[in-house]
Amino acid sequence: MRIFGLNRKIIRVLLGTEYAHMLEYRAEIALWALSGVLPFIMLSLWNGSDARDALGMDGVGLDRYFLSAFLVRQFSVVWMIYAFEEDALTGRLSPYLLQPLHPLWRYVASHLGEQLTRLPFAAVITAIFFLIQPNAFWLPSFGHFVLAWLATWMAFSIAFLLQSLIASLCFWSEKASALERLLFIPFLFLSGLLAPLTAFPPFVRTLAQWTPFPYLIDFPARVLAEQPVDLLAGFAIQSAWIVLLLPLVLLFWRAGVRRYSAMGA
Amino acid sequence: MIEVESLSKIYRVADKQPGLGGTLQHFMRRRHRDVCAVSNVSFTIARGEMVGFLGANGAGKTTTLKMLCGLIYPSAGQVVVAGHQPQKRHPDFLRRITLVMGQKQQLLWDLPPMDSLRVNAAVYGISDRDAKRRISELSDLLELGEELTRPVRKLSLGQRMKAELLAALLHQPDVLFLDEPTLGLDVNAQARVRKFLADYNQRTGATVLLTSHYMADITALCPRVLLIHQGNLFHDGPLDRLASRLAPERHVRLELAAPVGAEAFAGLGRLDSCCDCEVNLRVQPDELTAVVAQLLDRFEVRDLEVNDPPIDQLIGELFRQGKV
Repeated sequence: MRIFGLNRKIIRVLLGTEYAHMLEYRAEIALWALSGVLPFIMLSLWNGSDARDALGMDGVGLDRYFLSAFLVRQFSVVWMIYAFEEDALTGRLSPYLLQPLHPLWRYVASHLGEQLTRLPFAAVITAIFFLIQPNAFWLPSFGHFVLAWLATWMAFSIAFLLQSLIASLCFWSEKASALERLLFIPFLFLSGLLAPLTAFPPFVRTLAQWTPFPYLIDFPARVLAEQPVDLLAGFAIQSAWIVLLLPLVLLFWRAGVRRYSAMGA
Repeated sequence: MIEVESLSKIYRVADKQPGLGGTLQHFMRRRHRDVCAVSNVSFTIARGEMVGFLGANGAGKTTTLKMLCGLIYPSAGQVVVAGHQPQKRHPDFLRRITLVMGQKQQLLWDLPPMDSLRVNAAVYGISDRDAKRRISELSDLLELGEELTRPVRKLSLGQRMKAELLAALLHQPDVLFLDEPTLGLDVNAQARVRKFLADYNQRTGATVLLTSHYMADITALCPRVLLIHQGNLFHDGPLDRLASRLAPERHVRLELAAPVGAEAFAGLGRLDSCCDCEVNLRVQPDELTAVVAQLLDRFEVRDLEVNDPPIDQLIGELFRQGKV
C-alpha cells in the first residue's frame, strides 16, 4: 500500500540514503548541534537571576528542563523552508515532481536522516552536561521516555507542517524564507526555549496555549524531564494541530503546483 | 502517443526598469506583463517516433516540453501523453515518462549515482533483482562502470550526464523528453549519448522528443523535426524537407586548374566566393544539372562537389534575418 506514493521499501531506502547523505555533512551537523546550546545559555542566566523562583522549579528541575529542551530541539529542528525555497528556485524540485512519490516525503527523509546524524553529538553534549552538573543526572522511566519520544516526534511533525505551509508560498512569492523570520520570534519566546512557559504572566500563557509554539519545546521537554504536565491535553492539542495543518499543507501544495513555473529548469 | 492541440502558455513576468529609480518604482507599484512563450501549437507523435525539436533560445521548446511532461500547466489547449493529461501527474503517467534536462540533475551531488538509483528503483516499485539487471544493462550501453560508485561531484560532465540518463531510464519509460541531453559534452561523449539513445529507442520502442543545439544530434537521431519560433510552430516534417523549405539552393564547390575571375560565373547561380582556384556557388535545384554541365564545359575543373547547406547554419541565418 502506498500513502502519497510512500511504502515500507521506499521508507527504508530513502532513509538509508538520506542518512548516508547527511553523514557527508557530519562536521557541519556537529557545528549545528553545538549551535543549539541556547537552552544552556538560558539555564546559566536563569541560575544567576533572582527571578528564578518565579519559574516554580528548583535548581535540579531547571537543569533537567533546559537539558530536555536542548534534546527536544535537536530532534525537532526543521529547515524545510530554506531547503524547499532553494530547490524551487533552482529547478531541483522539477525531477521530484515527476516521480510517483510526493516530494514532501523526500524532505521528511532528509530531516530524519539529519536527526540520526545529530544523535552522537547530542549524546556527547548530554554526557558533558552531566559531568558538569552530576546532581541533575536522571534516567527517565521507559514509559516517560516513550511518551517524550512521541511528543518530540509530534513536535517535529507540527514544525514540519507549519514550515511546509509557508514553504508552499514559494509557488506564489518565491521568497518564503522572509515569512519564516516572522515566525521565529514568537517561536523563540513562546516555545519554552528561552524560559519555561511558567515564567510568563498568566495572560501570555493563556494566549500561547492557543498557538502551536508551546507544544514544540515546552511540552515534550517537560515530559522528558518528568515534570508535572497534563499529558492527555498536551497530546490532544499536538494531534489537533497536526490534523489542522496536514490538509492545509496538501491544499496549498496542490494549488501551488499549478502555479509552478519550473524556474531554472 | 503524444497529442497536442492548440497548446499555449502565457507567463506573467515582472517588468522592472534598471537603476535606483526603476527599483523604487518597482517596489511602490509593481508592473507585470504577459509573455506568450508558446502559442497555439498542435502536433501528434506516434509511438516509437524520434522527433527533434528545434528553435533558437527562448523559442518555446523547453516550455513545451515542460507542459508535455506535466511540470507546468498550459494556459490553453489540450495535451494527451500516453493516454493521460500530463498536468494531472497521475502516478501511472509518471511511471511511463521521463524528462532529462541537460544541466539539471536529479542525482544526489555528494553520493555515488548508485544511491540515487536505489532510491529511484524503490520509488518506481522496481524489484531489487530487476533493478540490478537494468542497471547492469544500461551501464553497459552507456559505458559506465566504477563511476556508479564514485560521488557524483567527482564525475566529469560526460560521466554525470550518462549517469543522469541511467537514472532517468531505470523505470523503462515509454516516452522520453530530452532537453539538451548533450549540452556541454565533448564530441566523443556526444556521439556515445546519441548512439545510446538510438539503441534505446530500437530496443524498447520508446517515443522520444529531443531538443538540442547540436544539429548532429537531430540529424543522427530524428527523421522528423518540429521547428518552433517565438512560440509558433513553423515546420513539422522530415528534416530534409525543412532544409529545402528553408533554403532551396544547393551548394556547388569547384576546384579549378587555374584561377578565373568572378565575372566568368555570371548566370551560373549565385556566387558565394571566388578565391584563387576555389569557387563556391549556390544553384537552384532545377537548374543544377544544366549549370554543372556548363561549368564542366567552360572551365578546367579538378574537383566538383554538390552539397545541401548545413541545416544549423541555415536556421541560424534565417532567425538572424527574421525570415521565419
